[in-house]
Amino acid sequence: MGSPERPRARDGRAPNVFRRGEWVPMRQYDDDEEVDFAIVGTGAGGGTLAYKLAKAGFKVVAFDAGPYWRPLEEFASDEEEQQTLYWTEPRITGGQDPIQLGSNNSGRGVGGSTIHFTMLVLRFRPEWFRSRSLLGYGVDWPVSWKEMWRYYREVEEMLQISGPLSYPWGPRRGRYPRRPHEINAAGLVLARGCEQMGISWVPTPLATLSSRRGEAPPCVYRGFCAVGCSTNAKQSVLVTWIPRAIEEGAEIRDLAMVGRVEMGDGGRATGVLYHREGEWRRQRARHVVLAGYSIETPRLLLNSATSRFPDGLANGSGWVGRGLMVHSNNGVWGSMEEEIRSYKGPPVMAITEHWNYTDTGKDFHGGYQFGSQGPLPQSWATSLAAGRGLWGMELRREMTRYNHLAGLKMVGEVEPQAANRVELADERDQYGLRIPRVTFSYSENDRRLIRHAEEFMRQTLEAAGGKETWVEEGTAHLMGGCRMGEDPGESVTDADGRTWEIPNLWICDGSLFPTGGGVNPSATIMALACRTG
Amino acid sequence: MAEHFSTPYADYDVLAKWDTPSWNEQTREVVRKRLGEVPPRRFLEPDEWATLEAICARVLPQPDRLTDPVPIVPFIDAQLHRGQGDGYRYEDMPDLRASWRLGIGGIEREARRRHDMPFGELDAPRQDSILTAIQNGDVEGEPWDELPPKRFFSSVLLKSVVGIYYAHPAAWNEIGFGGPASPRGYVRLAAGQRDPWEAREIARVDEGTGHG
Repeated sequence: MGSPERPRARDGRAPNVFRRGEWVPMRQYDDDEEVDFAIVGTGAGGGTLAYKLAKAGFKVVAFDAGPYWRPLEEFASDEEEQQTLYWTEPRITGGQDPIQLGSNNSGRGVGGSTIHFTMLVLRFRPEWFRSRSLLGYGVDWPVSWKEMWRYYREVEEMLQISGPLSYPWGPRRGRYPRRPHEINAAGLVLARGCEQMGISWVPTPLATLSSRRGEAPPCVYRGFCAVGCSTNAKQSVLVTWIPRAIEEGAEIRDLAMVGRVEMGDGGRATGVLYHREGEWRRQRARHVVLAGYSIETPRLLLNSATSRFPDGLANGSGWVGRGLMVHSNNGVWGSMEEEIRSYKGPPVMAITEHWNYTDTGKDFHGGYQFGSQGPLPQSWATSLAAGRGLWGMELRREMTRYNHLAGLKMVGEVEPQAANRVELADERDQYGLRIPRVTFSYSENDRRLIRHAEEFMRQTLEAAGGKETWVEEGTAHLMGGCRMGEDPGESVTDADGRTWEIPNLWICDGSLFPTGGGVNPSATIMALACRTG
Repeated sequence: MAEHFSTPYADYDVLAKWDTPSWNEQTREVVRKRLGEVPPRRFLEPDEWATLEAICARVLPQPDRLTDPVPIVPFIDAQLHRGQGDGYRYEDMPDLRASWRLGIGGIEREARRRHDMPFGELDAPRQDSILTAIQNGDVEGEPWDELPPKRFFSSVLLKSVVGIYYAHPAAWNEIGFGGPASPRGYVRLAAGQRDPWEAREIARVDEGTGHG
């Protein structure tokens, strides 16, 4: 199919993602019309916020550098073809533990990374919002868990999460909107292992439908979730918040790369400079919201430096780009006697948050969840090759055990460190913008947490019957880079995502996270967007 | 030592599902193109191409397909021609095109240094020992002072070769992968169960690997 080269959201209409070849009417604004909000990015943060603000009656234009996909017609059941979903513009990665970028943790397109996320919608543990005060590590968030709990519920309702009747950890949260999915064999390996180890597990709360919702059908367990859902069962931002935002009067501009936040003489933002259809254009706006995630949001602030803000916009504290976090995502893999065929169903159908909610028996701060896995062939072969060093006939023979593999992977909390950061390199991209340089190194605590998880996951997998276990290293997700806080000297924005220095410049994405928690971040990004909106 | 490969899914052909509800039109289009339009040489020099063919024959040997191997080098060349990276570059590595050029040249240089012969003319054990040395970082001098050998081997060479091979239906067949699955997905999710349109595992004859 290939990636669309021309914008689709134009001429007063946008693609109807639920019907082949059809369109929905979309309101449009002139570049010269001063809209209320220009939002940069349409993923979990920006897409959610576009809906909230449009519904509240504001004039909203949301920009995305990538295309406006039509999943029913364009998403192939093919790992290689679907590489077009990722942000593949040049970036430099370094530090002692350089982060793999690209397909590992980025999206490019309307809906952002939720197009290919594995759909885990998990709440933070309440104490994590005050981890410094209550647990003795990290920093406190400027928002309270009770407030966030309300917004998590709003997110779970919007995405119609399929989840367990009751959740064994943390304060009561009520039922999920839809019944859990039947758990695949890979998930039941985790279940069996956890029961042997004497800890709780749950069917993963997932953003894929367990029953029909309007024009979106229930999940058919095709298993290609991590490279885009071709049926719309996955409740990505593209098929949930975005169509509703358009209905409420928001404009989406696809294939529109924002290169600069424009500043006026009074120290306020006046709009954005963006590249679309071969030319640079200016959109005037009363407020600008950055929702480009933990690399592009700080990059844009740094690339927008002026004589008044020589170190980048909103960077008086020096925290723009700093405090970048990932999740440690090491996995333990093994071989099972029986056929598992983990390519069927969503990749992570069962998880345990035991070590997020247990504070004893640890030689580290923080927590981790771990879940079952379902890698597709390219992904699994790459794990065996890059992770285990197999090639040649050894690799081909091991690959014939594909249907017997089972694995557990952690989503482990990583400490915020000022030295882990996004800066600008001298090199420039196709738009003439300086590209980002990302520096990351684990802390000693991070390494202790990883060792604990690896050992516990290995025991769990072996208790479930896993043989010949081995460990693969890796990271997942990005967080931080423009953290929110209570102290303007130690953070970039306040609790609402408003930057301390420029009153009409806001941030609404994962870069706001002061700490990362031990769960996948999308639910918390959307909940923050609901709160800001 | 003759290399032997056999699959426990010998009677499975994922392409037999081409006209079934497991394949939609966009997937057929993608796979049709992959099978039918093998890209021509546009980026690598002929001698680089030849060396890379010899490298790929060791990284992913196909003794079972002597006349009709899954093509790998053409797709690497196409990636390099497009200049499409995967979204990041390690700070201690040159860009992707330079990495490939340096890496292929470095393997050739190592063959001549050790055996005074082109890599492509060495026997398989000698070729493997050169590749193993690079994988382990046991090579020095040019170009390895500007191209970290372990990183090149794992993040560039292996990742590309393996990614291309396991994107081919022939590879899906031999590992018993269900393959394309839209609009029809799967019904039976439990261990040991399979839908009628999934591969049947017949027998394991992995001599000497202990999986028997």
